[in-house]
Amino acid sequence: MAAFFPQAEKLGMATRQTQILARSLLMPAVGLLFIWMIVPLALTIYFSTLHYSLLDPGSEEFVGLENFRYFLTDPAFLASLQNTLVLVGSVLALTILLGIPLALLMDQPVIGRNFVRLMVIAPFFVMPTVSALVWKNLLMHPVSGLFAWLAKLVGLTPIDWFTDAPLLAVILIVAWQWLPFATLILLTALQSLDEEQKEAAEMDGASAVSTFIYITLPHLARPITVVILIETIFLLTVFAEIFVTTGGGPGLQTTNIAFLIYSQALIQFDVGSASAGGLVAVVIANIVAFFLVRIVGRNLEA
Amino acid sequence: MARMATTRRVVISTIGAWFFGFLIFFPILWMVLTSFKTELEAFAIPPSFLFFHWTTENYVTVQERSDYFHHALNSVIIAGGSTLIALLIAIPAAWSMAFSPTKRTKDILLWMLSTKMMPPVGVLVPIYLIYKSFGLLDSRIGLVFILCLGNLPIVIWMLFTYFKEIPRDILEAARMDGATIGRELVYVLTPMAIPGLASTMLLNLILAWNEAFWTLNLSTSNAAPLTTFIASYSSPEGLFWAKLSAASTLAIAPILVLGWFSQKQLVRGLTFGAVK
Repeated sequence: MAAFFPQAEKLGMATRQTQILARSLLMPAVGLLFIWMIVPLALTIYFSTLHYSLLDPGSEEFVGLENFRYFLTDPAFLASLQNTLVLVGSVLALTILLGIPLALLMDQPVIGRNFVRLMVIAPFFVMPTVSALVWKNLLMHPVSGLFAWLAKLVGLTPIDWFTDAPLLAVILIVAWQWLPFATLILLTALQSLDEEQKEAAEMDGASAVSTFIYITLPHLARPITVVILIETIFLLTVFAEIFVTTGGGPGLQTTNIAFLIYSQALIQFDVGSASAGGLVAVVIANIVAFFLVRIVGRNLEA
Repeated sequence: MARMATTRRVVISTIGAWFFGFLIFFPILWMVLTSFKTELEAFAIPPSFLFFHWTTENYVTVQERSDYFHHALNSVIIAGGSTLIALLIAIPAAWSMAFSPTKRTKDILLWMLSTKMMPPVGVLVPIYLIYKSFGLLDSRIGLVFILCLGNLPIVIWMLFTYFKEIPRDILEAARMDGATIGRELVYVLTPMAIPGLASTMLLNLILAWNEAFWTLNLSTSNAAPLTTFIASYSSPEGLFWAKLSAASTLAIAPILVLGWFSQKQLVRGLTFGAVK
């Protein structure tokens, strides 16, 4: 603690007045975040124990854990849990497996690197609804999309993305949005890697491959972990991309947990069941968050 | 020999990097090109890349038919408003934790971070019902409020990491000279904190501008920012590619420019200072 806040002791003489002021400056933020965290969550827990349909207001009754039983045994839950895991896993794999070579490439002496970096980072700044609709129509349309044209050009049958491989289509769109994030973080980490260390390895006759395996990769372990955790938190609740392209379909093929909860709440108006689902989502996210908070916390000490 | 190898390496990596950079950027470029085509050409196969009849009529139509500027203004108000309020709340908090830390500061920081981990769907139902009963659905103020709360932890964290980098000695010198807290804040800290404040503001504007969970769920028309407006093009009857592209280009252009300026701070802000 002392190493983290050296000034705590140095300013030991700080007046009591300063401390009171500091605390009162902190209060609004803490208070707001506390309310923001507690009130909706408490309401979600409360609703999750009720039979509560917006179509039939006034008929709320306590049903205990019935909503959880309903939500967790609903075939739609297993399907959407599976879709969520496939989506998160695939996007993570794509962004990291493509992000590492891309970051390594951009770390080389490249002419016009800044411009290349602008092109690579750009997709991250595109709002989700725009990227989803541009990909769905301009690129992935089975007749007039660019991919269909390219496929025909090389003699292949165009894929009807949103009919034949809807989840893959969503995965590609989301991966395109997150690849810049992974690349940029890995590139930032690479640039802080000690050049001398790499040069020394090369002098000792280490091949490029073993330099990568024994020096670069271990150095990237932490940023890769950070990328995985932060992306997971956002990817668990991918919503807009599904909302504007497939609406969760066909069938349940692209329904993830977030979309399932949304449709139970605002399409089927089943508040109780959606709340139970919301709590399930909170639990899943908390498992990830636990690890992320620990890593970031360790960083605070350093 | 060594020199030649280096030249070859530069050439190869330059070509590779430009190729893949272009590939990643291409969907955006394609969208911008399509926005200048007629609807017929936008749909045409084979597609024409540059040699088409360039027109700006889509941009005019988007404004006339769907009141684009109304939604753009909503985006400005919602992103700008939520950012400003978040800064007003976050600056004192971050200042306090960076310069008058207590034993619990680290825990408070990590707790704030953990509120950001709460998946929005987990609280969609109560927020929707609360908004419904207070008449906040489809209102700008409702969206300002929720985006402000959602981004507050990131804002506090970013400011905290910037404030912590301000050298203590300067502060102590000012205190020795008898500067009051007010003067210390205005004359010593503020000038040194401006770069950090600016990049925090920028990143938060970008996040709020592109936020597409709460905006899609809590707004329909009146308060709809550009995210919701663009989503209205997803209905089959609204499928006009050139107009979709024009509206999209307008929607992402300002944020793309801001984003390119703030890309260095992006890493730090989004990793809560874990990668710098």
